[in-house]
Amino acid sequence: MLNYTFHWNQAFKALPQMLDGAVVTLQIALLSMVLGVALALTLTAFRLSGSRILRGFAATWVEVARNTPALFQIYMAHFGLGNFGIHLNPYTALLIGIAFNNAGYLAENFRGALKAIPDTQARAGRSLGMTPIQSFRLIVLPQMLRVAFLPATNQMVWAILMTSLGVTVGMNTDLAGITQELNARSFRTFEFFALAAVIYYIIAKLVTLAARLLAARMFKY
Amino acid sequence: MIEIKDVRKSFSTLEVLKGINLTVNKGEVVTIIGGSGSGKSTLLTCINGLEPINAGQITIDGTVVHAKDTDLNKLRRKVGIVFQQWNAFPHLTVLENVMLAPRKVLGLAKEKAEEIAVKQLTHVGLAEKLNVYPNRMSGGQQQRMAIARALAMSPEYMLFDEVTSALDPMLVGEVLDTLKMLAEEGMTMICVTHEMAFARDVSDRVAFFHHGVMAEIGTPDQLFGAPQHPDTQAFLASVR
Repeated sequence: MLNYTFHWNQAFKALPQMLDGAVVTLQIALLSMVLGVALALTLTAFRLSGSRILRGFAATWVEVARNTPALFQIYMAHFGLGNFGIHLNPYTALLIGIAFNNAGYLAENFRGALKAIPDTQARAGRSLGMTPIQSFRLIVLPQMLRVAFLPATNQMVWAILMTSLGVTVGMNTDLAGITQELNARSFRTFEFFALAAVIYYIIAKLVTLAARLLAARMFKY
Repeated sequence: MIEIKDVRKSFSTLEVLKGINLTVNKGEVVTIIGGSGSGKSTLLTCINGLEPINAGQITIDGTVVHAKDTDLNKLRRKVGIVFQQWNAFPHLTVLENVMLAPRKVLGLAKEKAEEIAVKQLTHVGLAEKLNVYPNRMSGGQQQRMAIARALAMSPEYMLFDEVTSALDPMLVGEVLDTLKMLAEEGMTMICVTHEMAFARDVSDRVAFFHHGVMAEIGTPDQLFGAPQHPDTQAFLASVR
């Protein structure tokens, strides 16, 4: 057990390759958040709509996204859809799986944020002659954004970490995929994965820090 | 002129306004007093169309408030309202709070809106607070800001819904002084209030509401000096 000799050099030599993978990881996470926010806004609108079908659709989405494993969601996007003749490449399947997950959590986040803004705010806007849309856009939405911002940041970090599940659907260009391939060739499992973990950690920390700085600039009250 | 004719209003099975008749002329200050649940605040939110009514009619300068084809957004530009909870917009500075509606609703240029906002804020004594966020101010200051925000739309009528009820006693005076100033400038006002001294001081007429009915209306001298209705007498005896 103690016979294992660490070969960190091999891992460090692969660092540039792994950093290229980290860029892909960040790219997928960012795209999945953009898609997730757009979908979550749509789901939130559905949940507030008068139609039972739309409300049911949105509620089901949120329930499934939040109460099943992310791995299952990504599997479904790749192999599940494949069974119906929709063949997505690993990159797209991973992106869609994570966006599905993001949308569920973010929709719940947006709903909470909407509830946090008292009705009297919109009413005050209306009584100044604003239309319902103006009063939502100018008064309610900016306040919602503040409430929703930090939880959304957490979801972004979660999205970065979820990208590592891509290896299970054949993703080989992101950080986890590249690490896995390096490992398969060298069997330096500990070194490669420890280095990958450090890179994930640093990305996550940088994203959180950037979000904090952005929040401090955006929300001055 | 605001004309309220036989207005009835219910919240589900509870009838809160049971046929109110009241006419308020240009330049007049009418205060409404009465116990809680008497329907006086509800009447104000019906006047600017925030609440629908079940029967009767409210007209403002000939426009029927609750008619289907009435543009309420347009109507509300000339009927300002200030609530018990001042509803400051927390994400905007004091200046931005007041500028927002003139810019977005009236479509004024930024410079013009700012000029109006500064003027109104100076008027209510907040010239020093322009770039402060509302949560850094006292309730009295926030309430005066809400008054300036309503006035920045150049309304012809102002409705005040118990604007001092949520304030610390020591802050009530500054807000009442602002209302008094407006009354002296000739603003047409309907004030729902629990401040009897204020009502006696500024009103042209005082109305007493009791269980959704306007039990009595008259000059301050008549209503406070020689109330006719037994419910008015009982109410005034209880608040003195």
